Amino acid sequence: MNKSKTIQIETKALNVTIHSNPVLKNIDIQIPAKQLTAIIGPSGCGKTTLLKSFNRLLEIQDGIKIHGEIIVDGTNIMSSGLNVPDIRKKMGLISQKPYPLPMSIFENVAYGLRIHHDKNAKELTEAVQNCLQEVGLWSEVKDRLHDPASRLSVGQQQRLCLARAIAVQPEVILCDEPTSALDPIAAQQIEKLLLKLKKDFTVILVTHTLRQAKRVADYVIFLYFGKVIEQGPAAEFFNNPKNPETKAYLAGEIS
Amino acid sequence: MNKRNIEEKIFLGLMLASVFIVMGSLILIVTVIVLNGAPSLSLEILTQTSEGGFYLGEGGGFLNAIVGSLLLALPATGLAFLIGIAIALYLQKDFLNPSIANFIRICLDILWGIPSVVYGVFCLTIMIAIGMTGGSLLFGIVALTLLEIPIITRSIDESIKMVPIGLKESAYSLGSTKFETAIKVVRRQAMPGILAGVLLGFGRGIGDAASILLTVGDSNYFPTSLTDQTAALPTMILNLVSMPDQVVQNKAYAVAFVLLMIVLMISIITRYLTKKSSKYIIK
Repeated sequence: MNKSKTIQIETKALNVTIHSNPVLKNIDIQIPAKQLTAIIGPSGCGKTTLLKSFNRLLEIQDGIKIHGEIIVDGTNIMSSGLNVPDIRKKMGLISQKPYPLPMSIFENVAYGLRIHHDKNAKELTEAVQNCLQEVGLWSEVKDRLHDPASRLSVGQQQRLCLARAIAVQPEVILCDEPTSALDPIAAQQIEKLLLKLKKDFTVILVTHTLRQAKRVADYVIFLYFGKVIEQGPAAEFFNNPKNPETKAYLAGEIS
Repeated sequence: MNKRNIEEKIFLGLMLASVFIVMGSLILIVTVIVLNGAPSLSLEILTQTSEGGFYLGEGGGFLNAIVGSLLLALPATGLAFLIGIAIALYLQKDFLNPSIANFIRICLDILWGIPSVVYGVFCLTIMIAIGMTGGSLLFGIVALTLLEIPIITRSIDESIKMVPIGLKESAYSLGSTKFETAIKVVRRQAMPGILAGVLLGFGRGIGDAASILLTVGDSNYFPTSLTDQTAALPTMILNLVSMPDQVVQNKAYAVAFVLLMIVLMISIITRYLTKKSSKYIIK
């Protein structure tokens, strides 16, 4: 099996400091393509920082220093001279609290297509409909596409963000605790969607709920105090953890 | 009644008193202007220029000053807005190192605090240096633009700073450039604050006398080019009040009334636009 085809993202000796405090220490991970990878660990262990380093979103905060390699599709995205918007376009982002853009429901999904000039008007309308159908939002919003996106419920907003992300046809979907602000039913919808989407996309899910990781993950990365303690296929990770810290975390002894 | 309740009552009283002082002054100012200005207001005074004996208690009006003021304040506000929004967007950490940005903010705050007459003198110095005599509409616009830039820039800057980082991250993660994020997303979200800043700048610009006193000169006619001298409402108030005749002095209130109405109208338009642009804002 050709390794480069099955690994979507690989990091080599990735170190991140925020205002000189080390947040990620020597991260070496391999994230398999077209699978759902869960990044777990107690809060403050650097999960979100790791996730946002994959599309170079960390850089917009101050005091961030990044060393090491992040290889996506065989290219080190940290090397200079790359067009950062192109790197980011490959990775959709779903954040903890949904942030629809300050425009209509339709324009939210169309925004990405418009800035990349991918479609003419007719194709644009079709693409928006497809994406909204993909996330199960079409039937709920088809009569009010031009309403402000802010009027949707939080759960609907989160699905809109997902539709908006897949509209630009990324390779990866980065999810930063996407269900933590949602009610149980909306959370379940998102989980189901992520499981559906992993057929076409590489899904990376940051979560602090172990049960969620157990339900959905194919591959698990366990972070603790900025270090990767253990990583591996989900079945192996949960049933036969090798590291004592992993065992303690799974047993609920550290959190 | 215990100590905390008394504290509460005193604090409430102080807040009420503050509101009363402000509202009372406003009502008093408007009443004085309307009572003194209304008798002088007529169709003639609003539709004619001040040529002839306007300052001597004869006929004529101050339409030239209304037009002059609008020709000064509108272009100045437009220019200050264009420059201001560019600076404000650039001050965000997406573009500029925060410590440099904060230094520029301090400079802008200092500029905000400079008395407007200084801007007038500054422009006058330039006018003399390039050999211009008298005044001109152009340098009035320049003086007002300089006066309005710090006000508009800092107001826009503060409203853009309030845009949640998550919203910017959303835009960036879709592959937006910094420019697209700033113009298409951040600008929309900050729109109500941007409009408020522009209104603040316009209000300051159209009402300011000191900066144009030295730069626009005076005229009884409509300005026809940028190098013409022009009358303006604030300077005309000064001119009228300094006249010995009580009847002429009262015309100053009519001018003040019109100035008030212009600011009020712009306020109402801004309110309407603010409401319209708030519709899509993400809370």
